[in-house]
Amino acid sequence: MSRNPQLGRNGELVHLLTLEGLPAEVITHILDTAEPFASLGERDVKKVPLLRGKAVFNLFFENSTRTRTTFEIAAKRLSADVINLNIGASSTSKGETLLDTVDNLCAMNADMFVVRHSQSGAPHLIASHLTAMGRSHVHVVNAGDGRHAHPTQGLLDLYTIRHYKKDFRGLTVAIVGDVLHSRVARSLIHGLTTMQTAQVRVIAPRTLVPAQMEALGVKVCNDAREGLRDCDVVVMLRLQNERMKGALLPSPGEYFKNYGLTGEKLALAKPDAIVMHPGPMNRGVEIDTPVADGARSVILPQVTFGIAVRMAVLSIVAAN
Amino acid sequence: MIPSGLPDAEAALAALVERMRPAVAHDAAFVGIYSGGAWIAERLAARIPGNHPLGFIDVSYYRDDYALSGLKANAKRTALPFDVAGSTIVLIDDVLYTGRSVRAAINELFDFGRPERIELAVLVDRGGRELPIEATYAGARVAVARDLSIVLSRDPGGTLSLGVEPLSGVA
Repeated sequence: MSRNPQLGRNGELVHLLTLEGLPAEVITHILDTAEPFASLGERDVKKVPLLRGKAVFNLFFENSTRTRTTFEIAAKRLSADVINLNIGASSTSKGETLLDTVDNLCAMNADMFVVRHSQSGAPHLIASHLTAMGRSHVHVVNAGDGRHAHPTQGLLDLYTIRHYKKDFRGLTVAIVGDVLHSRVARSLIHGLTTMQTAQVRVIAPRTLVPAQMEALGVKVCNDAREGLRDCDVVVMLRLQNERMKGALLPSPGEYFKNYGLTGEKLALAKPDAIVMHPGPMNRGVEIDTPVADGARSVILPQVTFGIAVRMAVLSIVAAN
Repeated sequence: MIPSGLPDAEAALAALVERMRPAVAHDAAFVGIYSGGAWIAERLAARIPGNHPLGFIDVSYYRDDYALSGLKANAKRTALPFDVAGSTIVLIDDVLYTGRSVRAAINELFDFGRPERIELAVLVDRGGRELPIEATYAGARVAVARDLSIVLSRDPGGTLSLGVEPLSGVA
């Protein structure tokens, strides 16, 4: 009998590794916990003492600015001590294994690891290793692993959608772009289906849709104009040039013409539809500047909400 | 099951109003600790003359038992719609017991600014302090067995009442 490795004996969240299989009540608990954190900016002292004296290690084996920074801000607003390690440039290049690195940091009394890795499953491996070593008081939060998952991005997307649209059950959400390489898309799709979103659509050229996408409960559209019709939420994905291998696309210009979000294409969605993007944006490739900066864009609020959501995740796992 | 010693909540509130009315600063802010203290703060603001800004505080993030009992979902939003720096504040709670909630509330207030003075008003003081904290104003003093928790409730008409239930977790 295999238990969900991120949940404890009583179903409490011990690690956050993926949104796949995470019960709706756990997701709702995280989103509810994030709400009061969002107003912390009004204070003289923009901190609460929940994680005072805890050491949070940001283990980034892969580059990131936004995710690492917002995790750092979240941990600092909870009064934790944050240690940033840019591993790509240190021990592993000298030959140390991932788990040796983890053991060394545990010897420095780490309480939590925020992990980004180019290999799918790396955070899961660390969590299992900690359990095997009897260090179940040390927690792991996945900050993006390979093509697998980016659960805090999925959660902040869910938070944003709930903030503007209240209830998932009547919504049509379109995810547009490079779904093949996108852990953001995978996490969001799992989250949206768990929260009983009425319809999730994936809009992309055939070459950027993974096989058996429909098995996740989504509708695949290769024609953007057809897929955007009457949507409540449009989530644009970045065209991941650095992950492109082989000729998956004719050219960025051709892609923009067919799939780039312009005012003309957005007009097919509902009049109050919101536009999201996990960042960083490629203006003129997947999104047109007037849309990115327009009244329906909630791309910058997503970043702000991301801090509150990460605070909620860190404070929930730290207590379990 | 109500022990004979438990006072009527509305009578305790009236007694608290009488103690505060002559003594409290005319511009003191009233800050209720969620949830029972918030109800009492609203009632006191309506019945004690003066200009009393009303605020509410949720101490979930400042509690000393976070590591033991974790974080409750749906912490209420602390709202202090006045300038805390230099203000006189009456912290208001329903039941004063160990003093730990008050300690947490005082810490939280200082993260908004440096108040000139903080007083404490409680509906019921049940003794049993674990910290050197005392009420400036108390509506009633009662003795209740250690394993019971005093619970304030409010009916739809706004009438307050006191009851007891078995103590769960840390007070």
